[in-house]
Amino acid sequence: MGELKRESAAEALLTRHNAPRPAAAWVESARRAAQARMLAIGAAGRRDEYWRYTNPAALNTAEAPDVEILELEETPVFDGVDKLLITFVDGIYRPDLSDSLSGEHIEITTLEEAFSADIHWAESVFGVLEGNGQSPVSRPFAVLNTALAEQGVVIRATGKVSKPVALRYVRESTRSDVLLHHVIRVESGADLSVLENGAGGARLNTVMEIDVADGGAFHHLRAQGRDHARLATTHMFARLGTESTFKSFTLSVNGKLTRNEVVIDIMGDNTKASVAGASLGDGDFLHDDTIFITHDAVNCESRQVFKKVLKNGATGVFQGKILVQPDAQKTDGYQISQGLLLDDDSNFLAKPELEIYADDVACSHGSTCGAIDENSLFYLMSRGVHRAEAQNMMIVAFLDEAIQEIESEALAEDIRSRLLGWTERHSA
Amino acid sequence: MFEIKNLKASLEDEDKQILKGMDLKIGAGEVHAIMGPNGSGKSTTSYVAAGKGGYVVDEGEVLLNGVDLLELEPDERAAQGLFLAFQYPVEIPGVGNMTFLRTAVNSQRKLRGEEELNAAQFLKLVREKAKSLKIDAEMLKRPVNVGFSGGEKKRNEILQMAMLEPKMCILDETDSGLDVDAMKLVSEGVNALRDGKRSFLVITHYQRLLDHIKPDVVHIMADGKIIKSGGPELALEVEHNGYADLLNEVA
Repeated sequence: MGELKRESAAEALLTRHNAPRPAAAWVESARRAAQARMLAIGAAGRRDEYWRYTNPAALNTAEAPDVEILELEETPVFDGVDKLLITFVDGIYRPDLSDSLSGEHIEITTLEEAFSADIHWAESVFGVLEGNGQSPVSRPFAVLNTALAEQGVVIRATGKVSKPVALRYVRESTRSDVLLHHVIRVESGADLSVLENGAGGARLNTVMEIDVADGGAFHHLRAQGRDHARLATTHMFARLGTESTFKSFTLSVNGKLTRNEVVIDIMGDNTKASVAGASLGDGDFLHDDTIFITHDAVNCESRQVFKKVLKNGATGVFQGKILVQPDAQKTDGYQISQGLLLDDDSNFLAKPELEIYADDVACSHGSTCGAIDENSLFYLMSRGVHRAEAQNMMIVAFLDEAIQEIESEALAEDIRSRLLGWTERHSA
Repeated sequence: MFEIKNLKASLEDEDKQILKGMDLKIGAGEVHAIMGPNGSGKSTTSYVAAGKGGYVVDEGEVLLNGVDLLELEPDERAAQGLFLAFQYPVEIPGVGNMTFLRTAVNSQRKLRGEEELNAAQFLKLVREKAKSLKIDAEMLKRPVNVGFSGGEKKRNEILQMAMLEPKMCILDETDSGLDVDAMKLVSEGVNALRDGKRSFLVITHYQRLLDHIKPDVVHIMADGKIIKSGGPELALEVEHNGYADLLNEVA
């Protein structure tokens, strides 16, 4: 795409959603900055370094496609969890389907409400972390989101929050083109868990900006379910203070196109960050995890653990980077991405990147792609286990390293049982 | 009971026949041993009988109580009552030992039309059997064979055998990589399963194992077939003189 074309494509994106209603001065200023940023970086194109494996065309079209809504008999994930539920239907907050926005050690408002108020801390997060995350790699759909989103939640955790905040995205309309923007601040010593699930819209674009203060802990667990028509581009931008913890896990199952971007800046010493994902694709589906972790402090640990099981033409993409700045000594970086191909029709495309400017660091990375190990399969079968069941055991075993990244054992078990259910439904 | 008839088998990827007319007949409750030089086809016999991929059967039959195993999938052979204790038990990260064992036990019961064991019944049984093999509960919680020592892996094989209660057990060089104490422990495990009905085929390089697991018949295998059979004294002869005399004798 030429420069002019990119810019006009960016303009087209900015006008495809309704113009947001006027808001407080700080919001207007963030929006104006985002508009300018959008025009400067342009729309995503196939020639962009980070869009080579995933064609953004379906995300760039003027209208969301008309999708078929898949009715599931299965109970929604996280149903059994004691939580503070916040529901969005086709991208609109629904108080009637949500719990009251209050709790101990937590302040929650809708983005809409926050936009007309002066929330001092939100001003230093909204559009700021996203803006910081545009360099060195641009993320056009995130800028678009900042410029135009009006729905989402604004959360401030001030202590250990006992229940997770569960964001449920319901899709009812077949053509909804949804933008959701969440702004989160975890104060010093506070602890917050956020769950996300649901199709959300015919096309879903989410941004979550998370500012974790010194000693804070943030846990995130997301299930991108079996909505086959899913067109989703999600972004997490995190800024981590000293001795803080950040953990995010995503389960992705099928879906036409799912691009999950996570950008983490480790700003304070002795901090731990983990981003993990397990994905399963059976059919013409694509899952793309694009991760960028910057170490800008001493003695920090980061982990990227991604496992993808693919069959019948499914594609898995992993683009993961660890950037270690000159002063980030004693960095411990770990990155693994693995594809398990169950047939010859599927693809796993991985681009692991390490860029290290400090000299006293330990970074290990690996990327593999292969089929089910025949020796192991024979071993299991020789004990009487049926071929399909043996294969399913091995699939779940393959994914387990990623699932082990989930902090809560109960939630990890829930995810494991979903995975097993999938393998059983999709056995050859 | 267990019978191998004129078995000829080749490697799938190479045009190379390994088994060249193997014959073997083991009656109920008997223990037979196969010894033989490297490359004579001992392990191949066990793999072909158990149904490992990578081999093509050119001719012959492997019968267990009259059923031709060669027509069956490996799991169906197991359900018929065949068990192979591996020379190199496979490590499977992520699959829990207990989950694996319970799935195996219940899969076989299901295939045989028997009622499956519930969690409590299974746990009681596995604890009992593990104790006699000196396998601690921690080991059972770990993934299959991952981080196990050579001895632990072999004991785990015998535990699986004890849990699955097969009719016909093939032990492929179960003594390899074992120290004297571990060999004794494994042998005791095997001997505890001898009940006059269950049959065993012990593949080994060394006579020493046969001091612990006493065979009724010893076979010498060379170049893909049995060249001589006899009593336990045949193993002692090999131990003292090597295979050269035997091979010359036949040639």
